[in-house]
Amino acid sequence: MGTRYALRRLIGLIPTLFGVVTLTFLLSSIVPRDISSDLAGNDATPERVAAIRHDLGLDKPLAEQYVDYMDRLFHGDLGDSITQGLPVRTVIEGRIGPTMLLTASALALSTLLGLALGTLSARRSPGVIDGAVRVGSLVGVAVPGFWLGQLAVLWLVVHMHLFPVQGYQDIRHSWSGTKHLADVARHLMLPAMVLAVSEIAVLSRITRGGLLRELGSEYARTARAKGAAEADVVERHAMRNTMLPIVTVIGTRIGFLLAGSVVIENVFAWPGIGSVLSQAALGKDTPMVVGIVLVVTTAVLVSHVVLDIVYCYVDPRVRND
Amino acid sequence: MTRARRSRPANGLVSAGRRALTRPGGVIGLVLLGSMVALAVAGPMISPGNPLAIKYPPMLAPSRHHLFGTDNLGRDEFRAVAHGLRTSLRIVVGTTVLSALLGTVFGVLAGYYGGGLVDRAFLRFSEILQTIPRIFLVILAITLFGSGERNLIVVLAITSWVFLARVTRSEALSVRNRGYVEAAKASGSGDARVIARHVAPNVMPVAIVVIALNASGVILVEAGLAYLGLASSTHVTLGSLLNTAQVFLSQAWWMSVFPGAAIAITVLGINLIGDAFGDAFRLSGTSAKWRHGTANPGTPASS
Repeated sequence: MGTRYALRRLIGLIPTLFGVVTLTFLLSSIVPRDISSDLAGNDATPERVAAIRHDLGLDKPLAEQYVDYMDRLFHGDLGDSITQGLPVRTVIEGRIGPTMLLTASALALSTLLGLALGTLSARRSPGVIDGAVRVGSLVGVAVPGFWLGQLAVLWLVVHMHLFPVQGYQDIRHSWSGTKHLADVARHLMLPAMVLAVSEIAVLSRITRGGLLRELGSEYARTARAKGAAEADVVERHAMRNTMLPIVTVIGTRIGFLLAGSVVIENVFAWPGIGSVLSQAALGKDTPMVVGIVLVVTTAVLVSHVVLDIVYCYVDPRVRND
Repeated sequence: MTRARRSRPANGLVSAGRRALTRPGGVIGLVLLGSMVALAVAGPMISPGNPLAIKYPPMLAPSRHHLFGTDNLGRDEFRAVAHGLRTSLRIVVGTTVLSALLGTVFGVLAGYYGGGLVDRAFLRFSEILQTIPRIFLVILAITLFGSGERNLIVVLAITSWVFLARVTRSEALSVRNRGYVEAAKASGSGDARVIARHVAPNVMPVAIVVIALNASGVILVEAGLAYLGLASSTHVTLGSLLNTAQVFLSQAWWMSVFPGAAIAITVLGINLIGDAFGDAFRLSGTSAKWRHGTANPGTPASS
């Protein structure tokens, strides 16, 4: 049962991915600006531009270009970056690690804190703590991540010297082994926390709402009537039902975190794909931007499906939809 | 017909709106958003002159003469924030109007005439568009088509109307099969009349909440783009002020604190108003839920 569902979901990915690739291809081909004149430079002769157009296959009919493009993608070729002169794939491979580390840390952090704060808030509702969490989550969603990053730098770095200012590792020392790990972790903490804030806010709100609804339900009342302690009602009954919708939003949250990391990486000079993306966009480096968009979208899609499959094992009712 | 008249007509919207804006959250939201709009409108009158003009000593801390201090080049930060707010609000109003029109009109029509080829094509297309995280799609579009203010508005609208259309579509779809709509049709009302009198008023509550959510999202995305230097506006924007502030963080905290607070207050205001409307309409779920799609707006046509 579960395997069939998993297979169906994985196969269902193909048309969507195909659609995303086609969409980005069409967008890039209707663009008024010509990529080959960008490549040729400012004072290139028309012949030179035409030669580059020919090399890139841009003088072929659109349908033929599309087939070529698909063929190259299928072989893992994302084209060459205009600004860096390297294959897009090489650039992304070099930068994806730090981004994954940053978003995964923020995902873990926001899940833990979001659940904890939401539960605390629901159990103390109504009250001062509940009020504080609710106000905090409203503010947490409204504050732009990069500004929060600046405030954190201002306060925790410049005034209190708690964290290193920027970057991925200490450039004055080249640590190795555990010292290297500790160094990266020290640099990771602040960006991960800042990135996690808006997700903590949203998740705590969802958790609080779900838990309050479950705690007011009939089965919770029955459990209490049977003499279960409130902590037991939360842990053994209400929390389980609250968790289900929370698992389904993890995929969406990965998308949000990746989006947030574009800006946060720039605040903290974190060497991930977010900082490459903004530089590429500034330099009108279309192949680089398209490549990053495709990689990120694929990652989000795949994580969605993986989570759906996990969810299906948690809650077998899903399989029959 | 009597049933048809009772189907939550437009004055239900007005009373719900009044209820929303008199709730504590709604009132605070109005005050916050109102104060930022007032700053954008009156700021340039209080402190007239070109925000880009350099005529004061650089890096003055906030004082009576310069409420928000001056920047690294000696420009009045208060004036810059007021003008930046103007730019942000102009962009958000443009985007919101455009995407609200596109989203509700398309959503209502798709839902009302649901199930056809256009409807199915839309569902597929919107699914694909929604799988690309928004800021990546926006950055791609800006890289390809440029980032002038008009382009930015179009790009932001195109990336935000889809969700609204999906939500209004499923709302319209569920209204379509209710008794009073059938009764209205049976008593001779044409499609246009049924949509205007019965479908649209029922769709509005959800649409309003999603539109507010879209608007606050647009402000954050626009600010983020400007912060990254990707919004090549000729005007001062709050995001670009924060971009400059980054370099001078340790010397001039006011260059970061005031523009950032203006963004946060505007977004918070809009969110509070949206939530108040959601509560007044008794929609099951707050903006947090909508934001993460747990409210499941994209239920298929068969449901």
